[in-house]
Amino acid sequence: MGIELQYLLPIITISFFVVTAIVFDALLQNKIFSFVWSIIGLIVVIGTASYTFVIPSLELMNLSKEGLITKNMVFFGGYASFFDIVFAGAGLMTILASRVYIKREYKELNEYYSLILITVSGMMLIGHSNNLLILFIGIEIMSISFYVLAGYFRNSIKSIEASLKYFLLGSFATGFLVYGIALLYGATGSLDLNIITSNLIAGKFNHIYFLLGSGLILIGLSFKVAAFPFHQWAPDVYQGSPTVASGFMSSAGKAAAMIAFIIVFKHILPAVNNPVLIKDTHLIQNIIAVLAACTMLLGNFTALAQTNVKRMLAYSSVAHAGYLLIGIASNNSTGWTGVLFYSVAYILMQLGAFIVLSVIERNEQSNLELSDFAGLSRSHPILAALMAVFMLSLAGIPPFAGFFGKYYLFVSAVKADYVWLTIVAVISSIISMYYYIGIILQMYFKDPRSVALEADYGLARIPLFIAVAGLVIFGVFPSLLADVAYYFF
Amino acid sequence: MAILLTILFLPLAGAFLLMLVNKKEAKVIQYTALAISLATFVISFSLMAHFDSNNPNFQFIVNIEWIKQFDAGFRIGVDGMSLLLVMLTAFIAPITILSSFSAIEKRQKEYYVMILILQFAMTGVFISLDIFLFYIFWEIILIPMYFIIGIWGGKDRLYATVKFFIFTVVGSLFMLVAIVWLGSYVGGTVLHNDAGFTTNFMVIQHALDNQPIPLDIQKWIFLAFALSFCIKVPLFPFHTWLPDAHTEAPTPGSVVLAAVLLKMGTYGLIRFNLDLFPQASFYYAPIISTLAVVGIVYGALVAMVQTDMKRLVAYSSVSHLGFVVLGIFSMTVEGIQGGIIQMVNHGLSTGMLFLLVGMIYERRHTRDIAEFGGIARVMPAFTVFFSIAMFASVGLPGLNGFVGEFLTLFGAFNSPFLNNWSYTIVATSGVIFAAVYLLWMFQRVMFGANTNPQNHALKDISKREWALLVPMVVFIVWIGVYPSTFMKVSENSTKALVNKLYEKKFGYKPYALPASTQQKANIKN
Repeated sequence: MGIELQYLLPIITISFFVVTAIVFDALLQNKIFSFVWSIIGLIVVIGTASYTFVIPSLELMNLSKEGLITKNMVFFGGYASFFDIVFAGAGLMTILASRVYIKREYKELNEYYSLILITVSGMMLIGHSNNLLILFIGIEIMSISFYVLAGYFRNSIKSIEASLKYFLLGSFATGFLVYGIALLYGATGSLDLNIITSNLIAGKFNHIYFLLGSGLILIGLSFKVAAFPFHQWAPDVYQGSPTVASGFMSSAGKAAAMIAFIIVFKHILPAVNNPVLIKDTHLIQNIIAVLAACTMLLGNFTALAQTNVKRMLAYSSVAHAGYLLIGIASNNSTGWTGVLFYSVAYILMQLGAFIVLSVIERNEQSNLELSDFAGLSRSHPILAALMAVFMLSLAGIPPFAGFFGKYYLFVSAVKADYVWLTIVAVISSIISMYYYIGIILQMYFKDPRSVALEADYGLARIPLFIAVAGLVIFGVFPSLLADVAYYFF
Repeated sequence: MAILLTILFLPLAGAFLLMLVNKKEAKVIQYTALAISLATFVISFSLMAHFDSNNPNFQFIVNIEWIKQFDAGFRIGVDGMSLLLVMLTAFIAPITILSSFSAIEKRQKEYYVMILILQFAMTGVFISLDIFLFYIFWEIILIPMYFIIGIWGGKDRLYATVKFFIFTVVGSLFMLVAIVWLGSYVGGTVLHNDAGFTTNFMVIQHALDNQPIPLDIQKWIFLAFALSFCIKVPLFPFHTWLPDAHTEAPTPGSVVLAAVLLKMGTYGLIRFNLDLFPQASFYYAPIISTLAVVGIVYGALVAMVQTDMKRLVAYSSVSHLGFVVLGIFSMTVEGIQGGIIQMVNHGLSTGMLFLLVGMIYERRHTRDIAEFGGIARVMPAFTVFFSIAMFASVGLPGLNGFVGEFLTLFGAFNSPFLNNWSYTIVATSGVIFAAVYLLWMFQRVMFGANTNPQNHALKDISKREWALLVPMVVFIVWIGVYPSTFMKVSENSTKALVNKLYEKKFGYKPYALPASTQQKANIKN
């Protein structure tokens, strides 16, 4: 039990800090304290998660599953710990970048920081879930705090619209998800993912309900990652929400939903020699592959037509959901590891790009048109260089981490005989080049606009530095990340 | 080995060094960049000196583990073919930088950083022995080149640079799919290694030698690689980015584009397409050769009607690179050797033509042929250099162009793979057209009456410009008079490749090679 508690430390610490943060918000009414407390909280979580990473996992193997106080509902160590670190890190970057931005654009409220903490706890729970119920709870904790975060600028119509839209459509998607979970329970007789897998392998499942259930879960999760054809909410929500928060939602939120994808589909699509199951597995894989292909093409084509950079990045985040789905469609360990690698790279580059936007944004979303970026390299050379790195990485140009993530996913697709999916991905990448390098073109090749933009960094310097350093380091030495991720699946 | 690593990383280290210098210190930046590129050039001589030209295999091999899961390593090395191109890169880089002193006036720090990164990546392309690494270098080149054309280019630079970028990316991303497929096929299906994947070039080469890819798939993989390389060469009809990029790029950008970047395409055709996919190469050789011949004639005809000198030289590149591709796909020793030496030649003579056009542009701020006439009277030394570069480009015996063109045509004529004389006959007309458009341009610019008052007081070339042009002339004459210094370097590597191709097609090896066991030993580690 002692060891189990050690493994639970990240969850325990984040819960502790969430609860205390809420209490302190109400009692102390001190913004600086809330800010610092949430930062301390996330750093402690990163520390405890790193600790679970290094304590020997063999000891866990010796525990009998029945003896666990969590009744095998929670997954420990491995990718879960890894994502604890990633999500807490993303939360930390968001909080550091947010303060100066929300103070300037609206006003700083204590709850903002607690909300980020709650979101991170939901994301972490998704990574730790070994049971569909825990997974559902995690997704809901995350989503509900996102709905609130989206409407944080409560005087702004756009922000309210984003929040309401997100809430209505998100709840609708949750309905699909729950229904799917219920059907899957009906089909296989369990909510425990490992038992579901063994029942599937043993052939103890209802074929129709299994397909229906997986299909509904697929729909529910596709909503959460904003995959075609359930992506319509994404551009409006990402555009209307506070910029740093939408960076957080569209990067870490998407990564968390992708982890849910991995956890569910890894277990319900096992590689076995059961002819019925193989047929179903291929069917579901093919559906996901088609969704991935449509998502990539649609996201990139629509992004091409945007003139507002924030909206463009929102559409590009739809396209990136498509790239990530390649790894799920491949349904092999290379694919899952690829999703993991790409998620980290994607969080760094997407969040980084949104932080850059937040630095130059003024008066509710002005200064975010493409033409506002003209000549940015003259007035703010460092900011322009950072943005250029994020764009090149998003476009998948080496030597940045985004490229290697794509390579990983392409390899997984080819190994799973999805060469056509790779070709679609490549074609959509070519399309995306045009608008990514379009931003660089504005920043470097055009003359500056008459009124120079002001840049207000505040603490955003730190997350920007982390993002750019991460992209370069993981791009040049991808093994640092890939070798760690390799043993998870 | 250390020499190769130094040649690769010295420019990159220089780029980082320059980033630390205050941007107001323009002189310091210029001379530091020049010193670094000169040092690289000097060091590259020791590569030449230690190179064993009897050995057809890769030498100076460095093999460092990099990404274990995909068996991608930091693997570099050179054989005869790549050595010449590495030398060419090392030679052109200081020339480019020296010519930038006058051509580049704004944002100098960024510029020299970009040029040095470009040199790093170009060298990397030629020495990579890992396809993944090759791809990385191939793509890195886009970034500095995009900025060089986009920031320091001419009037329509935005259009030109985006076009350049998109064209290249279209080709290279399909190549990426082929690389992934190839790695998965060789690592998973053929070798069953731990990673189920490999991008180790020598391992792939060896594996495909024993167990070629089924022809129907091989054709697709061949096409994916060939598309990328043919866009870069550029082979007709993928050439449309080239005139725009050349015209809009600053002079040093054009020099480096013509002299080195285009060679990456032809190098890739030899290194990957011929070597890894011989059966598909036999199948596609007539088509690609036809395109090459069309490119030769088309490029020459279009060059003839240009009014802008730089655009004329750009189209002449399309024509000249056609000879290289024709030589390569003749798959004979003469043809491939001619192709390789023609790559070097084109780098020298066209690079020099771009330099000269750039010099006159700096004086007059126009490249319109009609604006000039009778320049020979005011700029005699310039005219002499121009005539040397022009005659080299035309293919006058005694200068370098003749050697390359003759060998490629000879190879195509004798090729048992193409087995058709008509390629050579039509291609030869390209030589005549080249004489027409270059001599005609020369006559209109240099001779006649100097009627335009703006041309009366043009200054002849300066000391710095002498320093740029003389080394190029030395090599132009050297290759023209005594080509075997350079031919000898790549001869055995070429023979080994041709042996392989003959063996696959006709079942015998026409050339005896010095026995060597080095390659096998290297595959193991």
